[in-house]
Formats: sequence, C-alpha cells, structure tokens
Amino acid sequence: MVRPLGFLVGLGFITALVLAILTTPLSNEENVAHSFHKHPRHLKLASDGLFPHWDKAQLQRGMQVYKEVCSACHSLHLVAFRDIADLGYTEGQIKTFAKGFQVPSINPDTGEPATRDGLPSDYFPSPYANEVAARAANNNALPPDLSLITKAREGGKDYVYSLLTGFQNPPANLPKELQPGTGLHYNPYFANLNLAMAPPLKDGQVTFADGKPSTVKQMSADVTAFLVWTAEPKLVKRVQVGWAVFLFLLIFTGLTYLSYRNIWADKKH
Amino acid sequence: MSFPWAKNYEPQHPLMKYFDEKLPLPRLVYNAIGAGYPVPRNLNYFWNFGVLAGAALVIQIITGIVLAMHYAANAGVAFNSVEHIMRDVNAGWFIRYAHMNGASMFFIVVYLHIFRGLYYGSYKAPREMVWLLGVVIFLLMMATAFMGYVLPWGQMSFWGAQVITGFFSAIPIVGEPVREWLLGGFVPDNATLNRFFSLHYLLPFVIAGVIILHIWALHIPGSNNPTGIEVKDEQDTVPFHPYYTAKDGFGLGVFLLVFVALTFFSPNTLGHADNYIPANALSTPAHIVPEWYFLPFYAILKAFTFNFLWIDAKLWGVIAMFASIALLFFLPWLDSSPVKSSSYRPLYRIFFWILVADVFLLGWCGMQPAEQPWVILSQLGAIYYFAHFLVILPIVSRIERPLPLPNSITEAVLAKHADKPSDATA
Repeated sequence: MVRPLGFLVGLGFITALVLAILTTPLSNEENVAHSFHKHPRHLKLASDGLFPHWDKAQLQRGMQVYKEVCSACHSLHLVAFRDIADLGYTEGQIKTFAKGFQVPSINPDTGEPATRDGLPSDYFPSPYANEVAARAANNNALPPDLSLITKAREGGKDYVYSLLTGFQNPPANLPKELQPGTGLHYNPYFANLNLAMAPPLKDGQVTFADGKPSTVKQMSADVTAFLVWTAEPKLVKRVQVGWAVFLFLLIFTGLTYLSYRNIWADKKH
Repeated sequence: MSFPWAKNYEPQHPLMKYFDEKLPLPRLVYNAIGAGYPVPRNLNYFWNFGVLAGAALVIQIITGIVLAMHYAANAGVAFNSVEHIMRDVNAGWFIRYAHMNGASMFFIVVYLHIFRGLYYGSYKAPREMVWLLGVVIFLLMMATAFMGYVLPWGQMSFWGAQVITGFFSAIPIVGEPVREWLLGGFVPDNATLNRFFSLHYLLPFVIAGVIILHIWALHIPGSNNPTGIEVKDEQDTVPFHPYYTAKDGFGLGVFLLVFVALTFFSPNTLGHADNYIPANALSTPAHIVPEWYFLPFYAILKAFTFNFLWIDAKLWGVIAMFASIALLFFLPWLDSSPVKSSSYRPLYRIFFWILVADVFLLGWCGMQPAEQPWVILSQLGAIYYFAHFLVILPIVSRIERPLPLPNSITEAVLAKHADKPSDATA
C-alpha cells in the first residue's frame, strides 16, 4: 500500500512543480539599481585574521572621531566608559573622560529629571531623548546605534569603511528615478544607492593628538577599527583562547588516535 | 544484549555486587556501551556520528543551561541581555558562541549520521524502529533549533518566527486562528518569546528521552555495518568497549577540533548579520533566510509558485515542505530491496549520489532571492527530491540486480586485507 500511495503523492507534487516551472517566467525583472551598486572595499585592520591584536593608537583616534563627529547623531548604548580601558586609558583618564559627558539623572532633592557628570560605570549617552526626537532632527531618518554596526551589516567593517569613504556625485548615466531626492546623498555602497546621512567626514575635521593627518580615509579607517572593537570587545581574547584550546585538543586528538590504533592493532577491520 | 556470546557483567567488588542487586545501573551501562555490547568489527568512520550527535546534545544542554542563567526572555530586554552575556558575563562570549555554533555542529553530525543510514541501508528491517525514532529526533531538533534562533530577538529571530508560524496560516479556515494561538498574538511578541523560551528549554530533554529509545531499539538487532549483512557469529564482532570507545574517543577529538575552530576563529560565519539588529516589527529585512540547516527545505517551500487544483501555491509549498521530511517515515517500506548497503547496489547508488547533489543544490537555492535561475533550479531540485523517494526508489529496488554479497562480515574483512599485500602478515 505504501508504494502505490507514495507514487501518487509523488506524481501530485511533481505535476504541481512542472506546472510551476511552465508558468514562471524565466527572465528576471531588470533591477537597474543593481548595476550601480558596488561591493565593499577591503579594509585591513590589526584585529583581522588568526593572529589579531588591538592597535590601541588607532582605536583611540577612532574613538576621538566617534566622539567629535558620529556621536552628534549616533548612540553607542552597549559601551560603558569603563570599557575603554581596553584602548589603553588609565583609570584616571577614564574618570576624566566620563566627567566630560552629561548623563540623565534625577535631582536627589526634588526627584525632577536632571543630568549629572558621567561616571566610568555609565554608558555613552544617546544624542537624542527618544526615537521621535531622533527622527525629527534627521529628516525622518533614524540614525542607528553604532555599538554592533560592524557585525550587523553584510560586509561588516569593509561595508562601514566603504560607506564612509564612498560618498560621491551621482554618475551621469544614473536614471532619474534613482537620483538622490531632497535630503538624500548618493553612495554606491548603500543598498538603495541614496542614504539620508550627509557625508559626515571632511579632510582635517579632527586634530589627532598623535599627529596623524586627518584625511577622510584615515578617519574612516580609525573609526571603523573603533567600531570593530565596540561590536566585539572580546574579539582578540577570543582568538587567543581559541589557539590554546585548539593546540590542547590537537595533542589530545593525537593521543586518542594512538590509543585507537594500539587497541585495534590485533584486529583486522 | 542480543547475541549469545555477549559478555556478561560480573561485579567483583562487594560494593558493586551490592549495587547490582539493588539498582543494576552499572550493568545497564556495561550492556549498552561497555564490553557487553558486541558490535560488527568492520564499522568505518561514518559510524562515529551517532556518538558525536549525543556529544553535541550534551554540549548544547550544558551551554544552554548556563546561558539561561543570564538570559532574560522578555521582548524588551532579550536582545540586550544577549549582549550582556557577550560583554559582561565571565566567559559569556565563549558560552554563547559555543551554543550558537554547537547548534550548527549538531546538525552537521546529524546530517552525516542520516547520510550513513541512507547509504548503508540502516533504515531497513530489522532496524525500522531505530530509523523511525531517528526521524522523530530530527523533527524535535528542528523545532528546538528554530525556537532557539528566536530567543536573541534580533531581526532574523523576529522575521523567522513570523515566516515559520505563517506556514500555519496557509491551512484553509482554521489557519489564521491556529497561527494566532501559537504566537499568543497577531505578530510575534512577548508571549511568543516566552513560550518559545519555555519550549526551547523543554524539548532537548524530550530529545534525550527519544535518544534513549533510539539506542534501546538499536540494541535489539545490534548495529548495522558497511556490508549491510547481519552478524553471524562471534568472530564478526568486537566488544564495544574498548574497541569502539577508543575509536569514538578519536572521533570526538576531531569533532571538537572543528567545533573549536568554528567557535573561536569564525563564530559568525554561519549566522546572519541581520540578527545583530534588534527585532523591529515595522522594518522587514530585504531578504529573510533561515539558518543554513533549514535551507533545502526552505527551497522546496519556495519552489511551489502555481495554484494547482483547489490548493494555492503557498499551501502546496507548506505541504511539500512537511512531506519532504514526513516521507522519511515511510522509507523502510518504500525501498523493498533486501540488500542494505549501497556498496552492493550499483543502480541505487547512482540515484543516491544524485540525491546528495540535489540536496546541496536545494540548500544553495534556499539561500538565494526569489529570482531566476534560482527559482527554476529549486523547482527542478524539488522534483528530483520527491521523484527519488516516491518514484525512483520503489522501482529501482524492484528491478535492480545487486552485486554478490560476501558470506559474512569476517569474510569481507579478510578479502579486503588479502588485496593489500602489506597486511599479509598482520
């Protein structure tokens, strides 16, 4: 009974699929935007690959770019001031740095909403009180939180770097419907080609303490490196622990192989 | 257990004798995975994956219990509680990445285990019950993995839950109420997250229970082997311990090496970037895809694009997707050939390898957007999938002339070694 019934069920599915093939057009609707879209450019960082480390000088420059430029619109709500000890700051420097921020608080006498100086245990404060305020200030676009941005986009750090350095004038042959509208800016690395963020960086915008020239490329690479750290502060430790575990297991596996061969030595199999 | 020459458990120490009278647990272990279980001597490395699947379940349960201590199943804070585990919990990043990639490793070894069963005919008499319980375990695993993927409450979690529970709305009349009942609302929300967390914690223990039945049913006829012929006498077998405990120990080492490489060096490769964006009911991702282990079935779902008879395309897709797994329950009766191992089935073997390639093709198509040529490739792939199990296999098993089988496992082993002069004195 199973075989004849199965045969009929199989024929039913196959007929439905054959009809589906016959009725589905073989050509795709042409996607013009696709031909203008570019793949992200590779950005090489010290934290890449199987032997990563944090380039602390670069992370410090990147945090400076975030603080002086990006933080005007973008929050970083998963990162606490205490975390930047990873970037090579001392406890005293972190306290001073945190003090430079005002964080939401409550007036201890009246209970009214107030602000106070930041502490190392506080998180980077958001530039806007809420989503409505953020949209109102940005032409109805919502600037995303940047804490996880290098993990939350296809292409990761390469995408973030390409987007920051990819603003340009629209090509002459760009069809009218793909031209950037009011408040939009052309960028071939962005999925829709036009995004609400204006080019955020221009040459010489920040002054690096270590004397690095602040070109758009340099600032973009630095802030991307910083955002790789914010997305996964445990990245370097992860790979380092990984090597220790891997090498231990390699020896363990070698020993288990020898014991397996030894036990089976007298048995043909 | 089942063979007369199986070694008997004889406790020596008075304490163990006392124990054996009151609660013969050591005897049970001895007979299940100790020297008391005789196993064919010719098993190849494909027979390692059952033990490895068990190991993967244990790893998932242990890492999962620890994660549950730090995770908060509330739609408002779930996403941030996962990031809290990644950033603030001691070694939390390790536990979380191990659990996340452990799920992938579990599916990798289970797919290899199923491959072994299909190639060597382990689903056939006298082991049908072992196979049926295995398919139940596979279904439970899929449900568990799906609900686990929802828990971080990222964009793919949310939209995956939306799409998968949406399957039920394809059922005529009762579909929409059933979907709302499953979700506890009109869209995935806090009620959904809470019940998925509860069930995600429950189902692994149900899986563990069915695994016990799976092993119990296996021990009645004993293990299959690469020749597919049954054990005839003692020299065909070796005791499970120490022979296969040693071999499984080595297999476990290799498994852990792959697992560790994935977890520590490339933990997000098998995941999806969108799941690092918090769930947002108002923003649909451009391209919703399930985890890699569901892709072949997802391709079958999407292959049905035509309203045929009175059933619309969506319902066809849903029925076909469930049928693609449900038909595995009938496999022992769809394949009527008495020969188990594909090594002796020249015709079946060809179609079997086409099926393997077909599943990879479907998996690849499942990842792609609904554009040509992926649509037609998934349609052709789905046609072969159903044709293989429901049309080709019953016919092939009737008309095929199998190759001559060896008389016994030992004869096959000795014949293999006779071909290799270097072994002549061994």
